[in-house]
Amino acid sequence: MSESILYYGVIPAIKAVVIVLVMATAAGVLTLFERRLLALLQVRKGPNRVGWEGSLQWVADTFKLLFKEDIVPAKADKVVHYLAPLFIIIPAMTVFAVLPWGPEVSFFGIKTPLYAMDVNIGLLFVLAVTTIGIYGVILAGWSSNSKYSLIGGLRSAAQLISYEVPMGFAVAAIIVMGQTLSLVEIIEAQKRMGLWFIFPGLVAFFLYFVSGVAETNRTPFDLPEAESELVAGFHTEYSGFKWSMFFLSEYANMVTVSAIATTLFFGGWLRPFPNVAFLSFLDFIPPIIWFLLKVSFFMFVYIWFRGTFPRYRFDQLMALGWKFLIPLSLGNIVLVAIAALWGKTGLTVLGTILTIAFAAGIFLAFRVPPKRLTVIEKSRPTEVPA
Amino acid sequence: MSEHPLPPGTVAQVTEGGPPLFGLREMELNFGPQHPSTHGVLRLVLKVDGEKIISARPDVGYLHRGTEKLFETETYPMVVPHTDRMDYVASATNNHAFCLVAEKMLGLQVPKKGQYIRVLLDELQRISSHLLWLATAAIDLGAITPFFYTFREREVILDFFEEYCGARLTLNCMKIGGLPLDLTEGWVQRVAEFNATLPAKYDEYEDLLTENRIWKKRTIGIGVFTKEQCIEWGVTGPTLRAAGLAWDIRKAIPYECYPELDFEIPTGKNADTYDRYIVRVAELRQSQRIVAQCCDWLLKNPEGEVRAKVPRVMKPPAGDAYAAVEAPKGELGFYLVSNGGNKPYRLHVRPPSFINLQALPEMARGHLVSDLVALIGTIDIVLGEVDR
Repeated sequence: MSESILYYGVIPAIKAVVIVLVMATAAGVLTLFERRLLALLQVRKGPNRVGWEGSLQWVADTFKLLFKEDIVPAKADKVVHYLAPLFIIIPAMTVFAVLPWGPEVSFFGIKTPLYAMDVNIGLLFVLAVTTIGIYGVILAGWSSNSKYSLIGGLRSAAQLISYEVPMGFAVAAIIVMGQTLSLVEIIEAQKRMGLWFIFPGLVAFFLYFVSGVAETNRTPFDLPEAESELVAGFHTEYSGFKWSMFFLSEYANMVTVSAIATTLFFGGWLRPFPNVAFLSFLDFIPPIIWFLLKVSFFMFVYIWFRGTFPRYRFDQLMALGWKFLIPLSLGNIVLVAIAALWGKTGLTVLGTILTIAFAAGIFLAFRVPPKRLTVIEKSRPTEVPA
Repeated sequence: MSEHPLPPGTVAQVTEGGPPLFGLREMELNFGPQHPSTHGVLRLVLKVDGEKIISARPDVGYLHRGTEKLFETETYPMVVPHTDRMDYVASATNNHAFCLVAEKMLGLQVPKKGQYIRVLLDELQRISSHLLWLATAAIDLGAITPFFYTFREREVILDFFEEYCGARLTLNCMKIGGLPLDLTEGWVQRVAEFNATLPAKYDEYEDLLTENRIWKKRTIGIGVFTKEQCIEWGVTGPTLRAAGLAWDIRKAIPYECYPELDFEIPTGKNADTYDRYIVRVAELRQSQRIVAQCCDWLLKNPEGEVRAKVPRVMKPPAGDAYAAVEAPKGELGFYLVSNGGNKPYRLHVRPPSFINLQALPEMARGHLVSDLVALIGTIDIVLGEVDR
């Protein structure tokens, strides 16, 4: 009796609290990580005053946000304006319930896995719950009673719905490979095959990550909050604590996308080449560290993108989604499904082909020297008008 | 010119987008004056259908300070600092244009060394202004990194200005008849050394943008303004040159020592935002060449006067004159009417920003709101000069 309370009541509750607290804190730390890294890319220093090398900057920022005045526009729809941040933060936090951080470990004699729960439809759950967050964006844009917010909200609605499709198809390719919807079992399948799904799923990974960046409204797809066009997009009229909810959920969503990418394509908590015996010395690094390392890498890529790319225009974004990513994702599913007919052998062959093609593409891309602008046309002497 | 029967921006010119759907009208959107990408206090009243711009009406004057009237209350030497405040990111060329017209009226000849220093300052100013343009135009399109790269170099140039004349932005670095000060010891040497490093820096900016697919997608074919339209509207500067006409005051109506310098006028072909970007980057490289030549000359000829002999009280004879320089933004001209007194009777400015800004509604029609920010960036306006 007491054991069932322990396993079905106390431990999940502890895990839930820990996950929410850790993620709320992690979002803060990530802002610091982003700012310092971006500064590094942009030949400047970044925050380095509060605490050692700015390490406490995010604490100061958090307090500042929490104590700021909460301004609601006079003609806003007060109730919806209040609810919109909740609509966006609750799904963002709920997803963390199914992210598989690590395998089973034992604390004080209690054996428990390092995730809140293993839902047998984990992937569907992730896709479904993250989609709810769109409501928050649309409602925030609509309820603010500001034209910029409205345009931001509408852009966001179109963008997120469009990019759900290639993302869903990319994930479907993984389901074909792993033959399961459970995130934990997908990791197990990668271990069983001794093959990260990134190799046969190279195209699927590209699709997933591009769609993921679009879903999280990050550069180069940050149109809903495009600063130079829409001031701040859907959250123009938000301030203080409500605004920090949007902020928090953006970072939480980035972590979700990175964690799902890690789970589906990079073997989750597995070390590289999980079945190669002579690399077993790598096991001294605990699985959760492997997982976090991989997630951090994707977070880095996110920030790298931000430092590198300009922003797409709205119609170009839509064209990219519907005319390029969706056809590509459909083709990819066919390709992967055919390869999966031969099981592990088929996937390995497909993976080898894709990897070689990718490496060749990179090699060729670096052989092309960068173009430089010189004078476009020799100057002509111009006649002076009388 | 049958395509433009009416002045664009007028209501009759607006193309009707079919009958209003479900009784919905287009939305009126107030763009600015407090908006992150209007480069100051420009206000645009947009009529948008969804995100498509039906008409854009610039509403200027938020920074109007009556500068031209103010000129009439000051004696000639006292006008120079006021010109700083017009195009405040390129004040050396402003000073230069006014000094040119005053010298034309007074019949003064600037000594050779003074001319070279003036051109050196002008070209450094052009580099710093174009760097600022590149930074802000890129940031308007969402590329945040070029901003910090270009400001790294711009900072050094401003340090040079500070060392020469004590100011970084509003330089007040020229006087009628020449320059107020001779050069500091070793200044030219340091400018030359810095100047030699610039081409590699330009390559860095180009690595970030020139072949960037998104940058190209956002700029190619956006805001086409043809050569004929440019001439009709009086548009000058990189916008005109990007349309394919090699019109540059430095070559067309040469002033100072420009005929002795070797440089080229880059021109574009397609008259779009991408070509304007290319032209400005090419101009950065040309200015770098001019700075190198000026530094060489000044190192070879360290001796000499920097200012002509000027009368204690400047009283140009009654009459009028016009003189122009090639400012970073286009042809900056001053039209001076003198009644023989010690103050200008009338001093009119031909500001490139104001005249180029008129082209905005024409460029913007039919594009999306996102393109509008690219266009505001590409015509390179400074509101201090637009409103005066």
